Amino acid sequence: MSSHPHAPTHEDAATTHHAHSHGHEAGHGSFKGYMIGFGLSIVLTAIPFVLVMGGVFDSKLLTAFLVMAFAVVQIVVHMVYFLHMNPRSEGGWTMMALIFTLVLVAITLAGSLWVMHHLNTNMMPMSPEMMKNVP
Amino acid sequence: MANDIQAQESEKPVFYLTEDHHPEGSTNLGFWLYLMSDCLIFAVLFATHGVLRRNYAAGPSPADLFDLPLVALNTAMLLFSSITYGFAMLQMERNAKAETLFWLAVTGLFGAAFLGLELYEFAHLIHEGAGPTRSAFLSSFFTLVGTHGLHVTFGIIWLITLMVQVSKHGLIPENRRRLMCLSMFWHFLDVVWIGVFSFIYLMGVLG
Repeated sequence: MSSHPHAPTHEDAATTHHAHSHGHEAGHGSFKGYMIGFGLSIVLTAIPFVLVMGGVFDSKLLTAFLVMAFAVVQIVVHMVYFLHMNPRSEGGWTMMALIFTLVLVAITLAGSLWVMHHLNTNMMPMSPEMMKNVP
Repeated sequence: MANDIQAQESEKPVFYLTEDHHPEGSTNLGFWLYLMSDCLIFAVLFATHGVLRRNYAAGPSPADLFDLPLVALNTAMLLFSSITYGFAMLQMERNAKAETLFWLAVTGLFGAAFLGLELYEFAHLIHEGAGPTRSAFLSSFFTLVGTHGLHVTFGIIWLITLMVQVSKHGLIPENRRRLMCLSMFWHFLDVVWIGVFSFIYLMGVLG
């Protein structure tokens, strides 16, 4: 949208104004875009609910995996069609911030679960008597 | 504001970017950074719930407590409010003040319905003796879902404020900027809710 080369220097004010409206449009998407995102997110929400409520698969692991997979796909759909994420907005800085945040989120989630799982499995069980004698 | 004025005063601002201009100023990027830090808050709460989700303290488990049809209805409310906010933004593009206000009001109603259902669910759980003090699982559940609900509450307050602003001053650039920020906030809350219903409710009921 705003990828055209530098505007000519004459009619500076007019071009700035023009750029304003372009910037707005770039941030808001279209009716079609919103409807595609809405349709996709309805489908992507309905399927995991049906999978769990209907007990479609016997394997809990498979169902859990599918639920999480649909969640990830739906998050991407929302990012693209509702939040209008693209690698070019704000000179790529929103995407950089998003990637940085995703790395932090991944470290936080995976690290917490991993460490606490190891604590759970490796700590010796304590009896109430032992608890009382803890300094 | 100060940045805007400065940017307008200096004729040729030097950006070390290949992009040609920054028409919106830095508000969008700054608000995006706020959303990302908010995302970290939710990530920590999700991690806490992930660790504590099986610590029932001999109390009720998610399969005993959660009413999935109610959660599905709740999810639909939030999803509808997202698309109606999208419609409000499209009407704002067209400079249609009355239509923008109409869709904002619809968005607020869906948001209020979402909050009402959530409060009903909380009241029901507490009434059943499954309040936040019952077990570590319920503590983390109420903290996470409650934080999300609080965000939606403030989103609705913000929405009402903006409706007053728009009806008083019209779709001036300042109000457009504010509506844009709330749009990002609102859609962001919907994204967080995807994680909530998938990870907390559906995975919880699965066990």
